[in-house]
Amino acid sequence: MKSLGSIRRDFVPWNDPNAKPYIQFDKVTKKFGDFTAVNNLSLTIFEREFFALLGASGCGKSTLLRMLAGFEEPTAGRILLDGQDLRGIPPYRRPVNMMFQSYALFPHMTVENNIAFGLKQEGMPKPDIEKRVADMLKLVKLEQFAKRKPHQLSGGQRQRVALARSVAKRPKVLLLDEPLGALDKKLREETQFELMDLQQELGLTFVVVTHDQEEAMTMADRIAIMDKGEVMQVATPAEVYEAPTSRFVAHFVGNVNMFEGKVAEQSANTTRITGPSGAQIVVENGGAAATADADIVFAIRPEKIRVSSKKPADAVNALEGEVYDIAYLGDMTVYHVRLDDGQIVRASALNAARVTEDPLTWNDRAWVSFRPDAGVVLAR
Amino acid sequence: MSNIAVADAAAPSTAAQPFMTRLGAGFVSRLVIIVPYLWLLFFFLVPFIIVFKISLSQTAIAMPPYTPVLDFRDGISGFFAGFRDLNFDNYVWLTQDALYFRAYLTSVVIAAISTVLTLLVGYPIAYGMARAPATIRPTLLMLVILPFWTSFLIRVYAWIGILKPEGLLNQLLLSLHIVNQPLVILNTYTAIFIGIVYSYLPFMVLPLYSSLEKMDYSLIEAAKDLGCPPTAAFWKITFPLSLPGVIAGCLLVFIPAVGEFVIPDLLGGSQTLMIGKTLWNEFFANRDWPVSSAVAVILLLLLIVPIVLFQQAQARAQEQDK
Repeated sequence: MKSLGSIRRDFVPWNDPNAKPYIQFDKVTKKFGDFTAVNNLSLTIFEREFFALLGASGCGKSTLLRMLAGFEEPTAGRILLDGQDLRGIPPYRRPVNMMFQSYALFPHMTVENNIAFGLKQEGMPKPDIEKRVADMLKLVKLEQFAKRKPHQLSGGQRQRVALARSVAKRPKVLLLDEPLGALDKKLREETQFELMDLQQELGLTFVVVTHDQEEAMTMADRIAIMDKGEVMQVATPAEVYEAPTSRFVAHFVGNVNMFEGKVAEQSANTTRITGPSGAQIVVENGGAAATADADIVFAIRPEKIRVSSKKPADAVNALEGEVYDIAYLGDMTVYHVRLDDGQIVRASALNAARVTEDPLTWNDRAWVSFRPDAGVVLAR
Repeated sequence: MSNIAVADAAAPSTAAQPFMTRLGAGFVSRLVIIVPYLWLLFFFLVPFIIVFKISLSQTAIAMPPYTPVLDFRDGISGFFAGFRDLNFDNYVWLTQDALYFRAYLTSVVIAAISTVLTLLVGYPIAYGMARAPATIRPTLLMLVILPFWTSFLIRVYAWIGILKPEGLLNQLLLSLHIVNQPLVILNTYTAIFIGIVYSYLPFMVLPLYSSLEKMDYSLIEAAKDLGCPPTAAFWKITFPLSLPGVIAGCLLVFIPAVGEFVIPDLLGGSQTLMIGKTLWNEFFANRDWPVSSAVAVILLLLLIVPIVLFQQAQARAQEQDK
């Protein structure tokens, strides 16, 4: 038997041109009056995928989820589930279940009746319901709380009841609207891993809406980053972080330094960029192939920048400046270096040793250096 | 026990406060509790005891129209001597004349039917209000309360103008050729139902609205999501959750409707028999204060049952909110 981890490692249907999409948003638009919540959006999600919709509030991610659940109908476009057009199918006939942000547990029912609710609607025989409810309670480790009412449970327990209720019917797709939003940080981190294990165990397709990038990066196979009703990028967490395709995505996920400049020279492998003050950097071509003289930005993550008191001998790109701010965070130290042209560069250094050999302090002269392949070139 | 523990825990922080402030705060909070009790004592318990005493007296052609009159003209002993003349004859009399039993029964039945009708009319109104856009809800709420701005009596009189054979309703129905002859509605039980449903509708709508309005709509969505069609979702989720409002509304309509006098008198005509009218007749037509007091005491006992039920329901609802 394959371990869960190896299943996850081999799971890359989006790279397989023959893979059949499971959920398909086809040029979907949703308008509320004058407001366009989702704008001509196309997206495919594969079976058994853990898919995250990530974006700030009001970006249309929840609307997308609610259209899949059937609470909203698209103004234009189609949504297909396993090849079937969902238009006109009411929520109570769709093979998808949703876990609500507020959990929406029925306050007048016990935990077991909440979980059994969907099964009773199906007309499942009573002994089967009892068995399924017992299985679900075991799955979320709430066996001894079966007879409690929701208001007698803690936030974390309620979250697990909501989860058990939404997977009890074995839906084809489970939709999760900010599933961990109401939990405190520590519990949230634990629950993230529990959710991933559960998804693997049940073999379901999960679509989760979240505004928390860490949550999306931890759990999802792929992330769709949304802004103003449109998808900005769909990629694995590593790709989204290391190879963002737009300034928006680079900014939205993690911290980033942006160097604005013009393409000075373009060769087969490298691009030379001239900054506004004349400083030059050399980067390897990746992503957007820039044409000569084009206005571009070079985006680089803080942990890919090295800060040192002397110019490193082997550095291709090194810029001089002054230490402007230092934040010691324990596991790492974040430096803000003001370059001589005025731009502030954020660099983070892992505190691998207890004593730093090259200590830098406020107002020290410092060099920031990075490799040519450490960042990406983006259109301005 | 838990209250004592809380008080102990709070003690160190209050110890730092000036003594007078603590005394003042305790006194004020006790006064706040005392005021409603005093109110109930003077305006409910004392009058009730007087009524109860009259119900145990005998009718007399005198002023006041009953004996014995308990006073101190013959000193303390005279006051206590009067007690010997008190008895339950009037209550025995109520059981001997079938009129009273029928009046009580009719009143309860009419009130019960009216309550159900008011619920049927009020629930959709309250539901519609609770689901209306939040911006227009205050306006809708005001429209429900608006009739209170006119005298209750005038509004009931207005219904005479609407329901009488040559009234507005019949004129409308005749001119539309829906009926050939004017409908006889005034002076029937139908008119009483119309009057009660109309007059007490706000008492039903307001508690229903408040329980429906605070209900989380995502519960309905969750029910639908789990395979529940809208009608079933209403009966399984919305209605059970609005039950505290339903109970409160029903009791607020039922209790006053049992003793209702004005509506049966004005709209029900002379044929209808309700306990409020019987009471009025005993008091003002027969001038039999002791019997009418006995009628009033029994009516009160009859109503205490739903009132106690109401309070239990409220206590349960509070327990659930915890």
